Amino acid sequence: MGARLRGLWGSRRRRVISVLLVLAVVGAGITVTALAGSAPVRREVLSVPVGPGVDGRPVRLDATLFLPGGAARAPAVVLAHGFGGTKDDESADALDLARHGFVALTYSARGFGHSGGQISLDSERYEVADARRLIDLLGRRREVLQDGPGDPRVGFAGASYGGALSLLVAGHDRRVDAIVPSITWNDLGQALFPQFAAGAGGGVFKRLWAGLFFGVGSAPAAKQPAATPCGRFAADVCAAYQQAATAGTLTPAIRDLLKASSPATVLGQIKAPTLLIQGETDSLFPLSEADANARGIAATGTPVKVVWYGGGHDGGAAETGRLRTLARGWFDRYLRRDGSPADTRFEATEVSAGLSTTDSAAAPTVRTAPGYPGLPGRPATRSVRTSLSGEPQIVESPAGGSPAEVTSLPGLGAALGALGAGLGSLPGQDARFDSTPLARDFRLVGTPAVEVHITSSAPDATVFAKLYDVGADGASSTLPQQLASPVRLSGLPADGRTVRISLPAVVHTFPAGHRMRLVVSSTDQAYALPQTARTYRVSLAGDRAMVSPSVPLQAAAGVPGRLLWAIALVALPVAVAGGWMWRRRKRAVAIAGADTSLAGVPLVITGLGKAYGDGFRAVSDLTLRVERGQVVGLLGPNGAGKTTTMRMMLGLIRPSEGEIRVFGHRVSAGAPVLSRVGALIEGPGFLPHLSGRANLELFWRATGRPAADARLDEALDIAGLGSDVERKVRKYSHGMRQRLAIAQAMLGLPELLVLDEPTDGLDPPQIREMREVLRTYAGDGRTVLISSHLLAEVEQTCSHCVVMDHGRLIAHGSVGELVGASTSVAVQVDDPGRAAAIAGGLGATDIVTSATGVTLTLDGTGPAALLRALVEAGLAVSQLAPQRRLEQAFLSLVGDGHE
Amino acid sequence: MSDHTGAAPGYRPSGTLGLRVEARRQLARRRTQLTLGFLLLLPLLLAGAFELGSARTDPGAPGLVDLATSGAANFTLFALFASTGFLLVVVVALFAGDTVAAEASWSSLRYLLATPVPRSRLLRQKFLVALGFSALALVLLPVASLLVGWAFFGWAPVRSPLGLTLGTPQALLRLAIIVGYLAVVMLFVAALAFLVGVYTDAPLGAVGGAVLLVIVSNILDAVTALGTLRDFLPTHYQYAWVDALGSTVTWSGMARGAISSLAYSAVLLLLAWRHFLRKDILS
Repeated sequence: MGARLRGLWGSRRRRVISVLLVLAVVGAGITVTALAGSAPVRREVLSVPVGPGVDGRPVRLDATLFLPGGAARAPAVVLAHGFGGTKDDESADALDLARHGFVALTYSARGFGHSGGQISLDSERYEVADARRLIDLLGRRREVLQDGPGDPRVGFAGASYGGALSLLVAGHDRRVDAIVPSITWNDLGQALFPQFAAGAGGGVFKRLWAGLFFGVGSAPAAKQPAATPCGRFAADVCAAYQQAATAGTLTPAIRDLLKASSPATVLGQIKAPTLLIQGETDSLFPLSEADANARGIAATGTPVKVVWYGGGHDGGAAETGRLRTLARGWFDRYLRRDGSPADTRFEATEVSAGLSTTDSAAAPTVRTAPGYPGLPGRPATRSVRTSLSGEPQIVESPAGGSPAEVTSLPGLGAALGALGAGLGSLPGQDARFDSTPLARDFRLVGTPAVEVHITSSAPDATVFAKLYDVGADGASSTLPQQLASPVRLSGLPADGRTVRISLPAVVHTFPAGHRMRLVVSSTDQAYALPQTARTYRVSLAGDRAMVSPSVPLQAAAGVPGRLLWAIALVALPVAVAGGWMWRRRKRAVAIAGADTSLAGVPLVITGLGKAYGDGFRAVSDLTLRVERGQVVGLLGPNGAGKTTTMRMMLGLIRPSEGEIRVFGHRVSAGAPVLSRVGALIEGPGFLPHLSGRANLELFWRATGRPAADARLDEALDIAGLGSDVERKVRKYSHGMRQRLAIAQAMLGLPELLVLDEPTDGLDPPQIREMREVLRTYAGDGRTVLISSHLLAEVEQTCSHCVVMDHGRLIAHGSVGELVGASTSVAVQVDDPGRAAAIAGGLGATDIVTSATGVTLTLDGTGPAALLRALVEAGLAVSQLAPQRRLEQAFLSLVGDGHE
Repeated sequence: MSDHTGAAPGYRPSGTLGLRVEARRQLARRRTQLTLGFLLLLPLLLAGAFELGSARTDPGAPGLVDLATSGAANFTLFALFASTGFLLVVVVALFAGDTVAAEASWSSLRYLLATPVPRSRLLRQKFLVALGFSALALVLLPVASLLVGWAFFGWAPVRSPLGLTLGTPQALLRLAIIVGYLAVVMLFVAALAFLVGVYTDAPLGAVGGAVLLVIVSNILDAVTALGTLRDFLPTHYQYAWVDALGSTVTWSGMARGAISSLAYSAVLLLLAWRHFLRKDILS
């Protein structure tokens, strides 16, 4: 038993080990991936002299060089920070790049952090020149890979202010090999004075954003004790801002100043492959800015990849990890030139594409298209026309521009969206034009356009066009990304003008049943508004339809559905085939098994053996035959193999060799002939939560045989449980369960009854009763096989006996044969010598005398006659007991090792 | 007396351990009754919690939990969302994992097999009944939630966190799709628990082992470093049913989840059968 348990444990342990191994491999994979990028990084703080400031004083830039471990020369990446930031903002990205084997350089731009000088808004003369000095510096470093003398392999990356710088440097300096500008502008004039009506001149001053910018830039430098209104801004920039903030219009002077700070002027000169990352939640530099950059750069054949992600200056999803990976991949491809395939797929994040599986809130999904639409060689977008309806409407613009609608506030766009669109609408301040409910889902990717006719009570008009998603109930509406397209018309005739307005570029799915709603409103908190009241009349023009682009986008690569299908197509047939083959084998075995000559013999065992997986042999070469009507005792010490043999007879254990036939049919797992066998094996097995009666009833029903065949009442009589049969088995004593188990074995009066230790747990009267039951049972031509380790039980109950030890058959025959015809008697007496003499006189043989009595064999004379003779002779007989011949036989057969 | 198979009169292998018999055997068990009862009680607990708690809304995008009190159907969606990851897994693992292991621990398994109930049939009937109880649990929870939600929060159209509203017929259809998909996904859990239950004689070990493996799969799924490898995790598509809350039902995620679940289930069940048909019954 111990060996068997060890065997089971052994195989279980192997399984556990294999599971742990798999986990260990997975864990190791993760660790290796995590450790791969963690070579030591060296930092070097530099103070780089650059050209003098606007005031003519010398300027030094505060910079940090991040050097990767290892001696090989590495390509370099310059990281430029956003407006109001310092070099420290870029440390995390720099570290990441350095860990991946790039030399990274961060620096504070002039006018920021510990660098000197004034802010000139990425002007060619100052900030761009500074960046070129930094390239010179990298050209002298021996850690940096060089393309030629003073020409390092270098990339530029940065967001917003730093992004525009990246574009400008790449336009002015051919040594730049790759750039990743993000959330930045194309034309600062358009960004700060946006105008979304085609060909209508200067737009609406972006009052709040511009003020925020100027506020950041005009904070005094640490060394400057006295604050001036301009702070660290260069005087010309400062003056331009003050003029714009006062007038709220784009003057030619300001336009020229902002143009100098705009990448739009240099796009045609950019040869460095460009990864443009723009935010969808960005009311400062909307997607249209990146669109203009992409077209301008790609026009000269430079590789461009465009990524629209969920965040932006207004917040939203940061997607930091993904963007960092994208940028690194870009530099791997174009700086390290690692041979990875060029990836110019267009990527767009749909912010509310589905529900997050972690918190069930709306979750972004990244989708891709083969290339950015509209670029040379790329497929054009698919356009969808949506008819709008609505009468001409009057829109009031209040004096002083207040109250004003709120769509987006700097840095708060996404949060406003979550609050609902309620703030975005004021009575009398907007005109609405609805589509009919959409027949199917429509995913808008890009900029819809619509023609509108506007008249104004003044020679100018300032309006804001927005596209709402209106729910099927007509009440709920959302403004995707909280974006609005400002339009400023000047020099309007009295009958107004028809203009083509570009609505904000978004990625948004309008669900089927929803409507698209064009809203033209007169106010927006974030912009400079006319100070005097105006009345506008807004009506649909042209064919009264909105033209919306849609790009066929695919969800970013997961496991291809095809692969899953392939797995399924393999797994399912394998399972089906496996099951089918097993059934076939099973059926073949069942049919092959019958031997009609043995049909009347309850049990024939031939050459039976069982070795367990660990080599332990429970049964060896067992051969025996049980005939009808016999009550056979299977006798043997504990561990002799009795239970294993019985389990094999019931098909619970597969024999290692040999076979068992019951009524001529070979026994295997679930062999139908087992339905003629009743069994109690190794203790009762009942459902503890059911009563004794329910257990027997359900057990019988599980056989599927007719209820009448069960003879339930007879069986219950045998169990003798009385009213306890209605109690739950859980409450039974051991003896009660044993009796119920015997009754269960007898259900249906099986022709062969196999009972393993049936008297276990019974008290003596019950044992006697049970003996009677079993003899009666066999009297009807049925057969009973009992296993026991108790001699008396077998001797008193059985007609035949099989003795087993160590898994082998020791003896097999009728009890009479094994015991012999004679009867041995042991007598305890006060005078053994005289008793022996008297017994000898009565014809006893094999007389053995001991100190306390004699043992002898009586032939013909009964024990009663011997007792009478001894008592008459005046001997004091204290005990006279039949001597167990079977016990002697048993002990001599199995040896003395067991008692 | 007997036909060529030597069987007792009236005995047919295909007549053994009928589904109703097995269902009665299981239904009488306290753990079945308690589990099903708990699923009826859970919506009451949730509703009580919502009634007690103050109405505090998080600043972020609303999830199903924020919309739970907007009506019976939304309440039901939240109950399903809250139960998908663990509760339903435990319930299904309990029904499927414990069915064979418990018989082994009661020693009644050997009597069924000696009756004889053919081994393959025993597995089939037990698995079917376990699936039946799992399905019952899966239907009971939303039905109870609908009723409780109706009583507490009234009947209202479904509001999806995507800003959609769905009328009653659509809401009920979507709920049916969700429950159907969950049934397919939970098939994997059932198959896994069944396999473990066939290997062990300890019912708790079977249920706990299966739940543990599901949790491990969930944890690995949270390791983004594994990338697309995670798509092969059996629980990866567990929550794909949220795709049923769009304006139209998006099937791709659920189709993948269903394929994944069916493939894993087929393999696990094959292993369970293979082991049990060859096993020496020592319990």
